[in-house]
Amino acid sequence: MASLIRPNRRTILKGAAASTLVLAAPPVLGQAKFKVAGLHASPVENAWNSRLHGAMVEAASDGAIEYVFSEGVAATDYGRAAREYAESGVDLIVGEAYAVEREIREIAGDYPDVAFLMGSSGQPSGDNFGTFGTWNHEGAYLAGMLAGKMSETGKFGAVGAIPIPEVNLLINGFRAGVDAVRPDAEHLIGFIGTFFDPPKAREAGLAQIDAGADILFGERIGTADAAKERGIKAIGSLIDYTPRYPETVFANAMWYFRPLLDAAIADKQAGGPNANDYTPFCLMKEGGNDIVFSEGMVPADAIPAMEEARAAIKAGELEVPVDMSEPT
Amino acid sequence: MTDLIDILFTVGLWSSVLRIATPLIFGTLGALLCERAGVLNLGIEGIMTFGAMAGWLAVFMGADLWTGILVAALTGAAFGLVHAALTVTLGLSQHVTGLGITLLASSLSYYIFRLAVDVQGTPPTIEPFAPLSVPGLSDLPLIGPALFTQTAPTYLAIALAGVLAYVLFRTPLGLAVRMTGENPHAAEAQGLNPIHIRYGAVIAGSALMAMGGAFLTLAAFNSFFPTMIQGRGWVCIALVVFSTWRPGRALFGALLFALFDAYQLRLQTVFGSAVPYQLFLMLPYILSIVALVVMSRRARVPQALMKPYRRGER
Repeated sequence: MASLIRPNRRTILKGAAASTLVLAAPPVLGQAKFKVAGLHASPVENAWNSRLHGAMVEAASDGAIEYVFSEGVAATDYGRAAREYAESGVDLIVGEAYAVEREIREIAGDYPDVAFLMGSSGQPSGDNFGTFGTWNHEGAYLAGMLAGKMSETGKFGAVGAIPIPEVNLLINGFRAGVDAVRPDAEHLIGFIGTFFDPPKAREAGLAQIDAGADILFGERIGTADAAKERGIKAIGSLIDYTPRYPETVFANAMWYFRPLLDAAIADKQAGGPNANDYTPFCLMKEGGNDIVFSEGMVPADAIPAMEEARAAIKAGELEVPVDMSEPT
Repeated sequence: MTDLIDILFTVGLWSSVLRIATPLIFGTLGALLCERAGVLNLGIEGIMTFGAMAGWLAVFMGADLWTGILVAALTGAAFGLVHAALTVTLGLSQHVTGLGITLLASSLSYYIFRLAVDVQGTPPTIEPFAPLSVPGLSDLPLIGPALFTQTAPTYLAIALAGVLAYVLFRTPLGLAVRMTGENPHAAEAQGLNPIHIRYGAVIAGSALMAMGGAFLTLAAFNSFFPTMIQGRGWVCIALVVFSTWRPGRALFGALLFALFDAYQLRLQTVFGSAVPYQLFLMLPYILSIVALVVMSRRARVPQALMKPYRRGER
């Protein structure tokens, strides 16, 4: 794997990683392997990017795809890198359109044979530009149901980056879950105004604990550090934070990118079009999000109701509200 | 409204102030030292990033925490040497060189981090500095737990403000540094070497900046993110002007900025529903600008700041 960890912001990693993955995967005879390029605006250990990256690395080791990627690609460089991948003959480019919504759509128009699957606040366009939102609000709802039974003060904190729709959706999902089991709950909110400042997220978490919160929902990494310091419990989002904070994070609202990736690959292989909104594949019934929690850290009487709701969501009987309004 | 006042009397607020201020104190003192000798160092943002990475990586590789701080300081000094070579010896534009150093240092820290640490879901952690209670003082009501249960680098930062003030204003060395920043020709006439003095000030100042970065990964948090400095370096550059190039006021300015920041984080929890959060986020910056306007009326900029010194040239 050493060859996977070499690029800097301008280096496009192609041959080395690809050949490693090809060697590791069982050969498919008589058929060129489906090629996917990951174009990450942030380092791949950023929680969100790690979900995309992890799913694509996994797909590559399954032998389903050939995967190449670039990380830390600045917005000013994003279009150039996308063109370079498109020229190199990849079948699908996965990335994030947020900072380059207009430019990346123009580029997609120039390469009709390449499919795009982009995290975006906009709509699909053309024949080949598909979008997705990050929805793990159902997992957050279920974590909220557990949290509602665990708090002594009845105050619940949440630290978020910036109130964009997907962040709001997540925090509102958590609150809805808390309110479902604890109607008198009081909610606190803190936005840190940036996506990457763990020390600041920690300070925001401490401020909420000082204001009486005894459960923190950490949309941002750093929040759980505040909880750990003060000996209260916290919830993680997107990835499983429990190994990092074993005494503190009792539940995580997981997000899984693989169903979205597989759907986009299937569409491309079927001849398109790929201009779809892939967000519905984030839903729990598709395997796109879920809760993981530590049973030992949660009161036993909180679990049955949560598991019931979980089954109902999977069966399509319970719909967690999609509320994108800014939490206050 | 009483909530507004009540927050000011909480322990949490004041201990938060010191934590937020610590990297700013290091950075501001470092930038101040460079500028006192006549060199603007806009490499600060990148040097802080590199210090955060280098200090963290040293500890991750098995060094103890203080060695980590030392490693950060040494790497900062190395970047200071580059900056000095370009701006003092070659006399290049200090603005352009500084921004170049920032780009170089932040990209290089990302690159080295990526080579050294395997990709994971979240970056690996180290065991950071634990809060240190000062015996006797930490039991005082309100100010005890707030001021005297901080991590060791915070005490170091505050002490350094005193040391720097003493050196600059009470020692021949400090006089030489200040004179070089005001009039290097006069310094030369006194038998001093302005080139060496500027080198020394930039190298030492850059080391301080890197220590500020290392605080973020060794005390405030326990992992490194390539983008985690988040403009703190630029805040330090503004704080130097706010301080009117005096270490004591630099300490005060950093604490004031941190107070606004810690205060707004708490206001969000109280008034979150009534006022858009963006107003709170703006607060430290707006209040800093206001304070800057008030303070800088009497500011006396080192006269030779940003002017390269060339021997024998008028």
